[in-house]
Amino acid sequence: MDIDKPLFAGSLICLAPIDREKDAEIESRWTHDAAYMRMLDTEPARPLSPPQLKKRYEAIEKAMDKDKNLYYFTIRLREDDRLVGFARLHRIGWTNGYASIQLGIGDPADRRKGYGREALSLLLRYAFEELNLYRLAVQIPEYNQPGLALFQEAGFQIEVRRREAVQREARRWDLLHLALLKDEWSAGPHASLYEARN
Amino acid sequence: MNTNIFLGSRVRLTAEDPAVLAEVFARWDRDAGFKRLLDDAPPMLWSVEKIKEWIDKDLKKENPRSFLFAVRTLEGDQLIGFLDLWVNWMHGDAWVGIGLGERDYWGNGFGTDAMQVMLRYAFMELNLHRVTLGVFDYNPRAQRSYAKAGFKPEGRLRRELHRQGQRRDILIMGILRSEWLEASHIEPVAVPAGVLEGEK
Repeated sequence: MDIDKPLFAGSLICLAPIDREKDAEIESRWTHDAAYMRMLDTEPARPLSPPQLKKRYEAIEKAMDKDKNLYYFTIRLREDDRLVGFARLHRIGWTNGYASIQLGIGDPADRRKGYGREALSLLLRYAFEELNLYRLAVQIPEYNQPGLALFQEAGFQIEVRRREAVQREARRWDLLHLALLKDEWSAGPHASLYEARN
Repeated sequence: MNTNIFLGSRVRLTAEDPAVLAEVFARWDRDAGFKRLLDDAPPMLWSVEKIKEWIDKDLKKENPRSFLFAVRTLEGDQLIGFLDLWVNWMHGDAWVGIGLGERDYWGNGFGTDAMQVMLRYAFMELNLHRVTLGVFDYNPRAQRSYAKAGFKPEGRLRRELHRQGQRRDILIMGILRSEWLEASHIEPVAVPAGVLEGEK
């Protein structure tokens, strides 16, 4: 047991709490980028105002406090604490030990810099070693190739291809279900991704 | 247009008095085997009143995402189970769940017939593009029934269930509108040229 083993801090980014006032302004800008919103999930993309986001943050913290089935983090740069994204574990089923995972890097200029990869590796360790979950799942529309690559690199396997389950831009896309099991994560190189690069 | 789409060859889909439905749900809930086949939640027991509250609340919704039907046999008019469809309108996708609480009616094609009626409802009335379901790896009877109704395997959620000390898989199956139309020998109707333009 090493009590100082980092839990929330990587080398480039860290997992951090919400800052309701400041984050709402920044995330509102992200939500006005339809491409970002469509990559995130299959819900209807729509821009959100800072007050709407503040309400959402309140709801998120309430759910984390009361329902204990959501773990939500912001992703911030270590050098200046600037907000670059979010990561969460949701739809947790405690009896079966599963959860869904989701993360987003909001500004296109912040992508392809390894922030998402590092946040994902921190979140995986949190899920498997702190929450003692067994299985993490993610659903990715086939048009989100960067997302697919990120999760596959982390060891996630494609388990299900729900044919034509998504309708966007006047055509049908498959929805891919991926998952990573604790045994696979423990056995893979992914568990020590952060340590290896430090 | 004159087909009664709620009618199958052995069963029909009905709406029931919530009090009647709550009564049978409460009884079926006490059948552990039924519950272990039905869903991945830990089996729980609820009063008839509590179950009725949920059904009432569901029925009050103005734009429902969920369509709950009871299943009755044509012969003898027995209430033997239920079907529920959860719709994602934006993408025309729905998840379906079925449960026959009366064990005497298992393995006789009643569930398959009910599912076929539900698929016709999904594609001919709700105009969905596809229907999805999940079935446990230890439920081969249901897997055969779904395959017979036209569902195709789309993959498996590995070791998603934790039951009786074992990790078990959930199989995901799906059926597309095009597949259902073809199997039902229904030609997709082409809109005559000019009709849509004329509406502008």
